[in-house]
Amino acid sequence: MRHFVEELEQLKTKLLEMSSLVEAGIQRSISAVIHKDKSAADEVFRNEARINDIEIEVDEFAINLLALQQPMAADLRLIIAALKINTDLERMGDLAVNIAQRARSLMEEPVIKPMIDIPHIAGLVQSMVRKALDAFVTRDPELARSVLASDDAVDNLRTACYHELVSFMEKDPQNIKQALDLLAVTRNLERIADHSTNIAEDVLFLVKGVDVRHHAEARAR
Amino acid sequence: MQASGRQIDIMSTLPSVGAPGGMETKSTGDAPSKLSANSLNFFYGSFQALHGISMQVYDKRVTAFIGPSGCGKSTFLRTLNRMNETVRSSRVEGEILLDGDNIFRLDVNDVRRRVGMVFQKSNPFPKSIFDNVAYGPKINSGLGRSALRDAVEHSLRRAALWDEVKDKLHQSAYSLSGGQQQRLCIARALAVNPEVLLLDEPCSALDPIATAKIEDLIFQLKDSCTIVIVTHNMQQAARVADFTGFFLLGRLIEFASTTVIFKTPARKETEDYVTGRFG
Repeated sequence: MRHFVEELEQLKTKLLEMSSLVEAGIQRSISAVIHKDKSAADEVFRNEARINDIEIEVDEFAINLLALQQPMAADLRLIIAALKINTDLERMGDLAVNIAQRARSLMEEPVIKPMIDIPHIAGLVQSMVRKALDAFVTRDPELARSVLASDDAVDNLRTACYHELVSFMEKDPQNIKQALDLLAVTRNLERIADHSTNIAEDVLFLVKGVDVRHHAEARAR
Repeated sequence: MQASGRQIDIMSTLPSVGAPGGMETKSTGDAPSKLSANSLNFFYGSFQALHGISMQVYDKRVTAFIGPSGCGKSTFLRTLNRMNETVRSSRVEGEILLDGDNIFRLDVNDVRRRVGMVFQKSNPFPKSIFDNVAYGPKINSGLGRSALRDAVEHSLRRAALWDEVKDKLHQSAYSLSGGQQQRLCIARALAVNPEVLLLDEPCSALDPIATAKIEDLIFQLKDSCTIVIVTHNMQQAARVADFTGFFLLGRLIEFASTTVIFKTPARKETEDYVTGRFG
């Protein structure tokens, strides 16, 4: 039994290493966009391979635990949550890479409009990522629920960004390339928020044993 | 909390073994109750082995009892067909209803015909395979030869043993393998058409192949029979049972659908036991 407990700790540690890398990658990709920080973008690309490696390690580790230890109850929920969070984190890492690519493209041209909404949406998304991962570590269902509550705000901000950038393109075709890059950044940020929401849902499953996806909790009542 | 700080935190976080709050605990027993225990206490002399057990066994469902050795699960199982009365100085309080009738007021032979039992160690009679299965029907119903043959075949088929023994029905039951002997005992129990079948660790002496056969059999039998199984093998309870009860120190700690017990148990004691952190 002690050996199994140690292995569960190792699984959590691997996942936490991955979450640290992904969270840092998101921070750097945003910094690359907002501050035209090329070295930050480069760092995002450099870390991607390690994130991909850990994804495979976590999957293999979790599958071995399922096969060899036949976990039950809280242990079972932890391993299932780890497998799902692992997939979300890897996708978030990819989205950070997408943002870093757009940042590089944006660096090639002078800024045609000061960024107001993008730092706002980026701040909100980073906060969701942080809260979702903290909720996993501290097994805090209230913190996880607060992440779910933020998702709509990100969607609304992204829609506002979309309309603003479209009107920006309509004004002058010269703006199209830069506006498309910025649209892609907002789209990737919104998807990072969606993955944070998934992680928060997994935390609720882990801690409470409830499925809150797609209003499943309300349907079950 | 920043990324780097978080990693240190998780290292110091012990695995949570507490029962998480707000979990689903109710069982979805849409089947009618077949057996019902109400405030059941059981004593071996002055030792109280069961404390206030109240629960339902649902009709044509598989119910498993799990718990550490000495927790009372086998004692409770044997109470369900009054087998415990064979123990001298034992005493029972409370009631067990079989289709609404208190079994302690029914004829004991009738109770045991309606609620059959198979034990941990297969115990065929020192007779032929045929005679083992024919024993009950002969005593109970006085069937003629042909009807008796049909009854034996039917029971052996229900116990998934017919194809393996049909050509050697008159050989000794002891010529069968351990797994076959256990299925023979199940066939013998089935031969009197019990409404409930009690299985006391029926696979504990069997290899994985023989165990799988018994588990398949349990799955098939529940269409026609209510099954209660005591097992030390939690994976087996998880595989075969619709409902699971966790016993500890003579008390029924938690009773719920098997999914709830193994996925989201409500009680800390259950959580500790099913995750192996007990003791």
